[in-house]
Amino acid sequence: MQTTTVIGYDSKVEGDVVITRLEAALNWFRQYSLWPMPMGLACCAIELMAAGASRFDIARFGAEVMRFSPRQSDVMIVSGTVTYKMALVVRRLYEQMAEPKWVIAMGACASTGGMYRSYAVLQGVDRILPVDVYVAGCPPRPEALLDALIKLQGKVRREPVLRTLKRPGPALPVRPPARQMELQP
Amino acid sequence: MTALELAHQLRERFGGVLGEPEQFRGEVSLDLADPERVAEVCRAARDELGFDLLLDITSVDNHDRPPRWLLVYHLYSLRHGQMLRLRTRVPEERSELPTVSGVWPAADWHEREVYDMMGIRFRGHPDLRRILMWEGYPYHPLRKDFPLGGLPSEVPGVAFTEVAPLEGGPFVTTPGAADAIHREPRAKPGPTEG
Repeated sequence: MQTTTVIGYDSKVEGDVVITRLEAALNWFRQYSLWPMPMGLACCAIELMAAGASRFDIARFGAEVMRFSPRQSDVMIVSGTVTYKMALVVRRLYEQMAEPKWVIAMGACASTGGMYRSYAVLQGVDRILPVDVYVAGCPPRPEALLDALIKLQGKVRREPVLRTLKRPGPALPVRPPARQMELQP
Repeated sequence: MTALELAHQLRERFGGVLGEPEQFRGEVSLDLADPERVAEVCRAARDELGFDLLLDITSVDNHDRPPRWLLVYHLYSLRHGQMLRLRTRVPEERSELPTVSGVWPAADWHEREVYDMMGIRFRGHPDLRRILMWEGYPYHPLRKDFPLGGLPSEVPGVAFTEVAPLEGGPFVTTPGAADAIHREPRAKPGPTEG
């Protein structure tokens, strides 16, 4: 006569359980709660605000918690023209963000300097920060920003969290920017 | 009272220092021969003629035609509803004149901008720092001899600038070359192409 023995887990007692890898779970937590740091510097910031408002609703992707403190943010959305004067501040705010951290360069100006081929404008924020996603447009539509966010979520999902978690220094391998900018203490 | 009448009053008050008022398209300009007296003239214009609003201070670089700098003050009288333009020339060797920030507090930032962009100093200014470029930047970018793309500079520990790629210029049109429709594949087709 065949008997069934319950080993370890009884669904009638303990309820439903999902089994997954720890890394997948951690990445899943991370990718759906990316708190943006809105680095609004020009007109792209208006589209960033639109992306946060009800029509486009960035909350659908878990990124509605715009934090104006770098200590509480995960992804810096550089939206607008980065002048050399503001570049210092952008860099400092990025360095104040806790790891893990990501950067979205929103719009032509943040990506390449845009139409400002000028003595006053940094020719792309990637000269001072490691950028993860570039968004084309002048300014990009809110949908384009949402697409960038989804692309960034895809990147976060594939990151080797556990292998880089306990290493001293930055948790994730940071691509060095084209130009190192020293900041005064 | 019209701006021309006010300008004549100001001229009578200061004798030979102010030139004949010029009128062009309804706007009145006065030339001040001695830039050292600009604060004095401005104070009289405010207190005695009612020019209580400073609209703008700007400067013109004449480059190789001395005197190099032309300072332009736009005054407005809310009482009379009239605008007056005051101009004064400063040679490059001097590059300095008295501040008018004691007359109108609004002059503070305007003079900082002129100082930042042109390198003209204002004697007696309460806080003559750069306002648009970062502190320590070695050039004055609105001068005629400054290239549009900028010049490389670096202050270690503070900031840097690099030359912006202009690719031949900001607005390049080459005579005899294909027009924008043929040169630029993303441009919309012209009327001949249907």
